[in-house]
Amino acid sequence: MSLFEHSIKQLEEMLHRKEISAEDLVNASFDRIREVDGQVQAFLTLDEEQARNQAKQLDASPDEDARLFAVPAGIKDNIVTKGLRTTCGSQFLKNFDDPLYNATAVEKLNAEKMISVGKLNMDEFAMGSSTENSSYQPTRNPWNTDYVPGGSSGGSAAAVAAGEVLFSLGSDTGGSIRQPASFCGVVGMKPTYGRVSRFGLVAFASSLDQIGPVTRNVEDNARVLEVIAGHDKMDSTSADVEVPSYTDALTGDVKGLKIAVPKEYLAEGVEPDVKEAVLSALNTYKELGAEWEEVSLPHSKYAVSAYYLLASSEASANLARFDGVRYGVRSDNAENMMDMYTYSRSEGFGDEVKRRIMLGTFALSTGYYDAYYKKAQKVRTLIKNDFEAILNDYDVIIGPTAPTPAFKIGENVDDPLTMYANDILTIPVNLAGVPGISVPCGFSEAGLPIGMQIIGKAFDERMVYRTAHAYEQATDHHKQRPQLGGAN
Amino acid sequence: MNFETIIGLEVHVELKTDSKIFSPSSNAFGDEPNTNVNPIDLGYPGVLPVLNEEAVNFAMKAALALNCDIATDTKFDRKNYFYPDNPKAYQISQFDQPIGENGWIEIEVNGEKKRIGITRLHLEEDAGKLTHQDDGYSLVDYNRQGTPLIEIVSEPDMQSPEEAYAYLEKLKNIIQYTGVSDCKMEEGSLRCDANLSIRPIGQEEFGVKTELKNLNSFSFVQKGLEFEEKRQEKELLSGGEILQETRRYDEKTKETILMRVKEGSDDYRYFPEPDLVPLYIDDEWKERIRQEIPELPDARKQRYIDELDLPPYDAAVLTSSKEMADFFEEAVENGADIKQASNWLMGDVSAYMNKHYKELDELALTPEALATMIKLIEDGTISSKIAKKVFAELVENGGDPEKIVKDKGLVQISDEGQLTEIITKVLDENEQSIIDYKNGKDRAIKYLVGQVMKATKGQANPPMVNKILQQEIDKR
Amino acid sequence: MADISKEQVKHVAGLARLAITEEEADMFTKHLSSITEYAEQLNELDTEEVEPTTHVLDLKNVLREDEPQEWITKDEAMKNAPDKQDGYFRVPSILE
Repeated sequence: MSLFEHSIKQLEEMLHRKEISAEDLVNASFDRIREVDGQVQAFLTLDEEQARNQAKQLDASPDEDARLFAVPAGIKDNIVTKGLRTTCGSQFLKNFDDPLYNATAVEKLNAEKMISVGKLNMDEFAMGSSTENSSYQPTRNPWNTDYVPGGSSGGSAAAVAAGEVLFSLGSDTGGSIRQPASFCGVVGMKPTYGRVSRFGLVAFASSLDQIGPVTRNVEDNARVLEVIAGHDKMDSTSADVEVPSYTDALTGDVKGLKIAVPKEYLAEGVEPDVKEAVLSALNTYKELGAEWEEVSLPHSKYAVSAYYLLASSEASANLARFDGVRYGVRSDNAENMMDMYTYSRSEGFGDEVKRRIMLGTFALSTGYYDAYYKKAQKVRTLIKNDFEAILNDYDVIIGPTAPTPAFKIGENVDDPLTMYANDILTIPVNLAGVPGISVPCGFSEAGLPIGMQIIGKAFDERMVYRTAHAYEQATDHHKQRPQLGGAN
Repeated sequence: MNFETIIGLEVHVELKTDSKIFSPSSNAFGDEPNTNVNPIDLGYPGVLPVLNEEAVNFAMKAALALNCDIATDTKFDRKNYFYPDNPKAYQISQFDQPIGENGWIEIEVNGEKKRIGITRLHLEEDAGKLTHQDDGYSLVDYNRQGTPLIEIVSEPDMQSPEEAYAYLEKLKNIIQYTGVSDCKMEEGSLRCDANLSIRPIGQEEFGVKTELKNLNSFSFVQKGLEFEEKRQEKELLSGGEILQETRRYDEKTKETILMRVKEGSDDYRYFPEPDLVPLYIDDEWKERIRQEIPELPDARKQRYIDELDLPPYDAAVLTSSKEMADFFEEAVENGADIKQASNWLMGDVSAYMNKHYKELDELALTPEALATMIKLIEDGTISSKIAKKVFAELVENGGDPEKIVKDKGLVQISDEGQLTEIITKVLDENEQSIIDYKNGKDRAIKYLVGQVMKATKGQANPPMVNKILQQEIDKR
Repeated sequence: MADISKEQVKHVAGLARLAITEEEADMFTKHLSSITEYAEQLNELDTEEVEPTTHVLDLKNVLREDEPQEWITKDEAMKNAPDKQDGYFRVPSILE
């Protein structure tokens, strides 16, 4: 059995009892990467020498208080790492070898002595739902390498599913943690907006972005979020709200829990396999003593439109700093100032990034601002109100994470709208700013994982974890492993 | 046809906080390029702004001093444009909810008082600095990036370049009084763009305005506007048309030169800054800042007239800068005669500053020393002539006037015996002058006084010299 | 809200400092038109009385003390620069 079949808590206990060493863990990680990453292509940059040196140091000075002692992890490549190349999946940053500082979330992991193994592939600047928009390589779904792992945190989900690392950090603007977690059969959490500092997360849409953990099980996920959550004075939008223990919330008890199931989440467009898996999960909850009722989130169908206008508008400004003056690649063809901008940006960005920058620039331009940007902000208010109203009466909202299981590589690339529709069930959660998790809840007929989304009140990640964990304990979907590169 | 002129000014003032508006880099001026920068100032991927409380306090202080209403709810917005000195390609500024609105200041031109409205005052970040070389490349220094800046937009209330000059002087004066900026145009901590249009008298609608940029001093603002006023008039009288242009003033040719014609308005795509949360300024905060504002120039001037009995002219000159007024008051507190202190500051001190291009705080002279010197004149220890020597020493090297007088042997000779001795000697050597005087040539006595002063190196007590000289001549 | 024209697409590309070919202009015209057409559905909603949401959290007055702090060295500041000279970042000066 692979070391990575254990939970982080179990591994920590084994480490403290000296049954295993930090070096064993790092070896296990790199061995597995060498074994399967040629197929999965989850990693963009490996930090092997540093990781091995760190493991040696950790073995020399054990620390039972460090909550992630010697745990090998991967970081999505839009989270900056001091001294380690950070590309955001873009050619523009292919030479960005030292971002000069660590993201706050990375600093917090470092303080708990995690071992960073490397940087994970993603759709360029987190724009995409399949990781096909990475300008370096597509990442493949470990369950079937003809399929996408989802996106944009496809590398983060695939690396955990393939057993290359114990956990990873992803980022979620419209579903970019939950949807790939669902496609890859792992656990992915998008915390409440403001729960985890965004300092050092390369901004896509500032009012929607959140960093969150991807893990194999709920307990690991709760443990990692406990570490990275909390107020940061470097991020004005990070909330000064106390971080409770998430692992303590995992009681396994959901008796009397009130679950809301939005009818819009099981409507047309949701594939039968997916619908069935979620209904079966709801049945399990009933057996565990919870009750569920159908409700309505009437403005859900407007979420995708509002989201693409808002996120693209913010992105058009956030990505304007990539100009080839202080970092990144400047075009060799730049002979004057205008060319420096247009050539560097046109050569450095892929089509999807350009498309969204153009959409956002258009939505903000004179004469269109009120009709597009401001209108979308108002619709956001309606969507947020929908969630608040339901979550006043219920403990959690449950539905599928994505309307379908993973699709084939190349299937949706030419059709932005179909691709965008993939995020129809995750986007509203970002607009409302509330926490949402995806946990495995079964498999499609084709053998691809299906994810269930559990949504909670703002800053009530405890309830989300408790609900997710009780289901996980009652089922064994999370124990299934993809067949990759031989025995797992 | 007679025209009337309409001028509006946009003034940017850098606030002298210790750190930058959105990052903890030092806000010092004049350091080596790209040393007061961090990843936030450089617009690195992933960085976020956090607002400096002092920048808000300073902006509020300036806004209150300019009689603005302070917004209760205010926020920041992104202004999008590409330029190498703008590292994020958006400037964090304020669009529709400026921190201050509806202010005014009073100016005086040719004895007439006039109120100039201030449309708005908003807070934003300054950009870096671009230096053009002659090899086709420009160099960028981001030290200035993120310096807190207030933009003060006037109403188009000024009708002459002279009024524009007076407005700038007054604005600078008031802001300097609040202590939030040095307003040094030569260091760029105060910058001004001017809009001017003309229209036939009686016409309701405004003429097309041109904008003047890169104005490096108040007098260039005035001269540039004067040129522009005439240029537009000539253009219209010859049947031409004024285009919406940006022009600059050339200091050598004394002309304004076209920079670019504006096509429509620039599309800055303003939207609310999602990385910063809104500001709520309650009455308590507003009042706290209001309490911190010192007495402003107009009030101070009136006090000098009413309570210190100074002539309005003196009061105006002394309060024209806070440093001058503070210096004056400290000298008076240290025992200097009010009128004497005023005379010295307006006279010798100002002359020295102008000649050497120095500010008051760059002089070695202290208010205490000036007061002591004035007292030495009053009690007859030194003559006003000797005082000039003492002043020259004080202003260059500082020190204690009493000690200077003693060490340099500048004490006035007031001893009757000693003076009689010297005068007798002078008279003995100048018998012809005595004869001339007795023959009615009054000038001769002036010559004799001069000789006595020469013999005493100017230290003789002048009234006593006159008295003894008269006595001694009468004896002969 | 009408369809987006190719001219508008080119104008927007200019504002965003993106150089696009004729083919790309065609593609983006098609894509942006279909996205904005889809976004037309927002007009079904009466939002006259609705406040826009910029921030989901109701935070106000997040402020920092005015204390300067050292962070990076000058060498680090220049480390990733594509072009530099004498401690400055270097760019072409002629506008276009």
